[in-house]
Amino acid sequence: MSLSRREFIGIGGGAIAGITLAPGLRLVELARARSPEEAATQMQRWGLLIDIGRCQDCDVCVTACRTENGWYGHNRPATDPQWIRKVTLKDNQTGYVESLPVLCQHCEEPPCVDVCPTGASFKRADGIVLVDKHICIGCRYCMMACPYKARSFVHEDTINQKSYAPRGKGTVESCTLCVHRVDAGKIPACVEACTKDGNQAMVFGDLKDPNSGINKHLAAGPSTPLRPDLNLNTGVRYRGV
Amino acid sequence: MQKIRLMVFGALAVAAAGWLAAAPVLAAETASAKSAIGPVIKTYKGDKCVEPTEEMRRNHMKKILHQRDETMHKGIRTRKYSLKNCIDCHADPKTNSVLGENGFCESCHEYAAVSIDCFTCHSSSPEKNGQPPKAASTDPAGLMEKTISSAVMGTTNGNQP
Repeated sequence: MSLSRREFIGIGGGAIAGITLAPGLRLVELARARSPEEAATQMQRWGLLIDIGRCQDCDVCVTACRTENGWYGHNRPATDPQWIRKVTLKDNQTGYVESLPVLCQHCEEPPCVDVCPTGASFKRADGIVLVDKHICIGCRYCMMACPYKARSFVHEDTINQKSYAPRGKGTVESCTLCVHRVDAGKIPACVEACTKDGNQAMVFGDLKDPNSGINKHLAAGPSTPLRPDLNLNTGVRYRGV
Repeated sequence: MQKIRLMVFGALAVAAAGWLAAAPVLAAETASAKSAIGPVIKTYKGDKCVEPTEEMRRNHMKKILHQRDETMHKGIRTRKYSLKNCIDCHADPKTNSVLGENGFCESCHEYAAVSIDCFTCHSSSPEKNGQPPKAASTDPAGLMEKTISSAVMGTTNGNQP
């Protein structure tokens, strides 16, 4: 089989166009699946970009998180668990109201890890901040240390736990960035729900991969961590706060 | 005369041996009928465990503990020694649980008087196709009641001067 010069150039041009156009246009950068016996490494750092301009007055992310991870309240807002919550901000001068989801910000320098007396609060190699409930004694220092109020304490006996998201009375819990899904090469439940819902306010991806969708989005416009003054280098960043 | 004595003794010995041999079976039968004494060891899926039975009886806790830290801290999610794998094979299809009177984990742990800490946080039911187990909502083992009552007792005891 022989190609004419014109055909060859046509195919090559098409291929180059495919390479240059495809990355960056993807809203959700799919995580590369590790094999189950492979440990998480520092080669990756998982992050989230939340575009408040696209965030609607809905709570699909919260509902998706509850369904995925099997947490629920008892109509006691002061003590009910909340892995992710919608916060409403109002500019008192202009009356402008905006709403944004707040969850564990997966800091590079997490205060919750600094204060934990048992080592239960820890940061995984790929930047996901977790609670090892096997060694959590329920002291709640981490809850006080967290500037984002991202953690909650389980006050009640738990039922209907998911096999991948165990929860128990007397321990602290928070967003795991859907670590079981990330390990399987999927994206967190909140991001999936937001994308499906058409809002597309959340982008998940690897902050260490220069070609990842999230890095393209971060490079394309302004974004800020919450409480930038604390210099925690959060894995979750916001646009339009 | 001595021959007769010997024969009688022999017959008695055989009878005693027979009774001794039958006794555990009888005991086991009555135990299973009452299902209160002795562990109920049943496997509902697969032919054999991930390790020989003797090894698992002695060291299952070590294997689960090791796997737990690997999964939690490193994200290694191999199935072989995972608690999920235990539950998937050993859960009673009737109760959909490893707990309960005849449950694989609970019956043996109760017999050995060793408390299981796993299921205050972990689900005791296998998950099918990523869907939450149905029987878990009904709490077949009555674990909730137990933990609540023990917790209540604990606090009242604690409050007593």
